Amino acid sequence: MAQPGRLGHEPLQLTSASDADEERPPQRRSFLAPSFLDDEGAKAGIIAVVSTVVFIAIATALVLSSPNWPRVRDQFFNPDDFVAAAPDVLRGFWLNLELFALSMLVIPVLALVVAVMRSLRGPAFFPVRLIAVLFTDILRGVPLILLVLLLGFGVPALQIGLLPNGAQFWGLAALSLSYSAYTAEIYRSGIDAVPESQRSSARALGLTQWQAMRYAILPQAVRNVVPALMNTVVSLQKDVALVSILGIREAVREAQIYTSRTFNYTSYIVATLLFLAISIPLTRFVDWYTSRDRAQRSQAQV
Amino acid sequence: MSSHPKLQLHNVHKAYGAKPVLRGIDLVVDEHEVVCLIGPSGCGKSTLLRCVDLLDPIDDGEIRLDGSVISTRGVDANAVRRRIGIVFQSFNLFPHMTVMDNVTLGPRRAHGMPKHDAEERAAALLDRFGLGDKADEYPNRISGGQNQRAAIVRAMMGDPEILLLDEVTSALDPELVGEVLSAIRDLADRGLTMMLATHEMGFARDVANRVCFLHEGQVLEQGPPAELFANPAEERTQQFLQRVVQAGRL
Repeated sequence: MAQPGRLGHEPLQLTSASDADEERPPQRRSFLAPSFLDDEGAKAGIIAVVSTVVFIAIATALVLSSPNWPRVRDQFFNPDDFVAAAPDVLRGFWLNLELFALSMLVIPVLALVVAVMRSLRGPAFFPVRLIAVLFTDILRGVPLILLVLLLGFGVPALQIGLLPNGAQFWGLAALSLSYSAYTAEIYRSGIDAVPESQRSSARALGLTQWQAMRYAILPQAVRNVVPALMNTVVSLQKDVALVSILGIREAVREAQIYTSRTFNYTSYIVATLLFLAISIPLTRFVDWYTSRDRAQRSQAQV
Repeated sequence: MSSHPKLQLHNVHKAYGAKPVLRGIDLVVDEHEVVCLIGPSGCGKSTLLRCVDLLDPIDDGEIRLDGSVISTRGVDANAVRRRIGIVFQSFNLFPHMTVMDNVTLGPRRAHGMPKHDAEERAAALLDRFGLGDKADEYPNRISGGQNQRAAIVRAMMGDPEILLLDEVTSALDPELVGEVLSAIRDLADRGLTMMLATHEMGFARDVANRVCFLHEGQVLEQGPPAELFANPAEERTQQFLQRVVQAGRL
């Protein structure tokens, strides 16, 4: 470790993994290429390719030689059903993306508000902190699927005139509330990781507690947790499918409908591929961003 | 000219948990005076400065600025802090802001100074402290000495009535100490009231009107530097100064 205070701000170690990497010089990773291609050259590359091919060959042989494979192939990988199910599932998936996008508007803001509420100091703010603690404790404590059911079926049943009654609205609300609770905790870990001395020097300038938070602490805190936030986004993208239990015709629901009509499961494969088409690039991007961020930080410490 | 001393501490007590750090500090700093706090690590120098800037509340006693008590509840701490400047050992510039944004943050947000005025004032001060070309740099791109000078500029931006300096050269490489000390000397020459905790005895002897030796949370002995360094009255002071001389720091 660098000796504390040398630059006035220590590198923030939110994960233990980054400790292990500290000694190595930062390496630039390209978007897709695994590090062994950079490091050890062609020989390592050939070994990797050969072992991958052998592995896939063995796995494929095992699957294809299993006694039930022909039945499974017809039920899950039927090209005709694939084509037949695709339009409905795709239309449903568009709704997934809409719900995903809408919750992405709500969650970062709501979570930040909760995290800041919880980080306020002084006895006067006790009720504010209490509300924030209750919010995170309760919403993180309930399984998301239960929350979707409770809000999606429960609130519309109350018939409160002022509130919208749509299943979509309440499904979205359940997703957003639950993810806001988790995201608030991520923000809070970022706030806590900003050295106390930063708060002191902001307060010493005569800034109020709120100004110190707004101008000195939060910008650093958010930057600390961007990789963690992006992982949450990946997971949110998939969890949108949970609103299907409210009967909302998103991708999984459409796939189910097709299955119950035809007794063929290929529609699930369609849905799976659609989710992967979003989540794999997203995951790759998060990995790339995280390693780039780490490299930049270790350079900044030189 | 006010009739009160700039800063008065009377019987100030402060404990962190069960550990007493300040145990009845009595101290007066007059306007235009430069007071150096010396003493072994853990004697309470830094805590004393933090308490004066109301960054830590005191447990007992009182602190007066220009004659009015600032250490009681109900005092607008932000307003008090705007009248006091403090510089920390480890600079504590905000790493996500340029030097210019660091030094103008306080005036713009706490004093409500328009951006243009704040930047004009900042440019003049940065120039004076040899940082005219560093305004757009980020703290991690400039040296420790430059960081610390920028931190001094940041503290000076609010035109403080008293400047508190907490071992501002302790985290610096030896060759960078001089530039920071000469910046402080420049401020002392201009008549700024200062209270500084320091291990630089040579500098204390040079720049201070008065040196206070702190021991276990109390002011054990104080006097003009020439006197205190030459003929310390207390045995503890003698021992401390002897160790400093042996370490080659005086």
